[in-house]
Amino acid sequence: MPLNDTIAIKKPKAQDPGPGLGEARLDVEGITVAYEGRPALRDFSFRLPRGARAAVVGPNGAGKSTLFKALVGLLPLEKGRILVHGLPLGAHQDCVAYLPQRENVDWNFPVTVRDVVTMGRFGHLGWLERPGKRDRALVMDSLAQMGMEALADRSINELSGGQQQRVFLARALAQEPHIFLMDEPFNGVDRGTVEATMALLDRLKRDGVTVLISTHDLNLAAERFERVLLLNKELIADGPAAEVLREGNLAKAFGSALLVSEGRRLLVDECCGGHEDRGHEERVHGGKEACDDEEARR
Amino acid sequence: MSLLLEPLQYGFMQRGLAAAVMVGIICAVMGTWVILRGMAFLGDAMAHAILPGVAVSWLLHGNVLVGALVAAVAVALGIGFISKGGAIKEDTAIGILFAAALALGVALMSSIRTYAVDLSHILFGNVLGVGMGDLFLTGGVGLLVLLVLALFYKQFLVLSFDPVLAATLRLRTGLLRNLMLVLLALTVVVSLQTVGVGLAAAMLVTPAATAYLLTRRLFPMMLVSAGLGAFSGVVGLYASWWLDVVSGSAIVITATIVFLVVFALSPRRSALARR
Repeated sequence: MPLNDTIAIKKPKAQDPGPGLGEARLDVEGITVAYEGRPALRDFSFRLPRGARAAVVGPNGAGKSTLFKALVGLLPLEKGRILVHGLPLGAHQDCVAYLPQRENVDWNFPVTVRDVVTMGRFGHLGWLERPGKRDRALVMDSLAQMGMEALADRSINELSGGQQQRVFLARALAQEPHIFLMDEPFNGVDRGTVEATMALLDRLKRDGVTVLISTHDLNLAAERFERVLLLNKELIADGPAAEVLREGNLAKAFGSALLVSEGRRLLVDECCGGHEDRGHEERVHGGKEACDDEEARR
Repeated sequence: MSLLLEPLQYGFMQRGLAAAVMVGIICAVMGTWVILRGMAFLGDAMAHAILPGVAVSWLLHGNVLVGALVAAVAVALGIGFISKGGAIKEDTAIGILFAAALALGVALMSSIRTYAVDLSHILFGNVLGVGMGDLFLTGGVGLLVLLVLALFYKQFLVLSFDPVLAATLRLRTGLLRNLMLVLLALTVVVSLQTVGVGLAAAMLVTPAATAYLLTRRLFPMMLVSAGLGAFSGVVGLYASWWLDVVSGSAIVITATIVFLVVFALSPRRSALARR
């Protein structure tokens, strides 16, 4: 596998895979998870092999974020188990990186871009250990990969939405993850950041990193991800995008919110909700974009 | 010059200044975490919760510091217990317990007739009554608090900025949260003698909030906060000497004036409002 210089820093890892990296995978076996007292996911199973790239899609409230929180151990499992590298969750220190939703971050916290990315190294350090030379180099390299080097000493609240996302992507890179979970990475960011994120996913795939993202953009999932998991409280379909995103499956997941499934354009009324005139494609599509703008402004 | 030197010929004033500077620094550094983690109300609650512990330890002729600490930790655990189910919100639980602890403390203190005078000292501090033993205790506990904060700086940073990352990094988040509560309790206990339970929260929050307006990184924020805390201690104590007002109040008013001046001039006001 040719390594270009931007990912050369990962070389030692590629030559010497840690225990189990050769078969790096995520196994989710029949998990049931409750969120705020209500069951949010029922009897949910899937398996991602090393280097797989999958998108989780489903309507709002389908349990996408619940799934991600369960995968990083933030929510207890009522049933089933989650295995990373064949070992239960919690047996590993640092092989899972998680890109949080932007609204869950305190943007007024007094930290710089460099500080945030350096946090990605903390999982590799002992309890009392300070970041060393290699950590600092990795931090700058991760920032460079996301084109954020020049902004390293900026305060995070001075950045645009797209830049903030790139900082968190750089932090995930600095974590040197085997599995990378991204909760709605395309929500409310500009086109350039979407492309930068996709380019990063390509690089991660070459490195054998397993990636799972959630999105409400069915078209993006269909066009850019080889595997799609469709869910609404339970797994409705799992497989290649073309097979999963069929009208029958989508109707099952989205119910009456599914508007048009014509050719390759998929339109789902899930953003604003409550449109009276449901048959009118342009108008509803416009409404969805307005919502995205609203999210971008937040 | 004599304005500054004249009070220093008295031993109690020297000890008072030393105590005010130490407490100013300890509270300000701990306070940085308090405002970033949104624990200001909890800090106030803990200060009041100490009162019954102090009263009981006097009644039993025990160590006041130990009594205060036990009470603070008990209230912290009680808040967690009451708000755990979700039926009672955390700030409601804090409100209930701190008022209850204050009432219990005042009731106990009022039953100890001989210590009636000391009640006001507990409530508002008596920095000029600081003895050498108190100074060593304040310094020792303060150094311990600062040392633990320095050792676990990166863990507390992740826990406060991004609890989700803390969880994915498998940091011991529950343990770290409890450690933070214990450090807060220790800080409040050592500030008891200087500013009293009624004003301890101000020493935790005000210099740190001022520093937040002036800096954009955590470590400089702590340094500036510590400097402002010490400055408020010294200026406040001199003001109390020359204007003949209660020392704890003078220290807190000084810190507040500094905050208001910075607030009026700072472009970062809007960021503070969103905290």
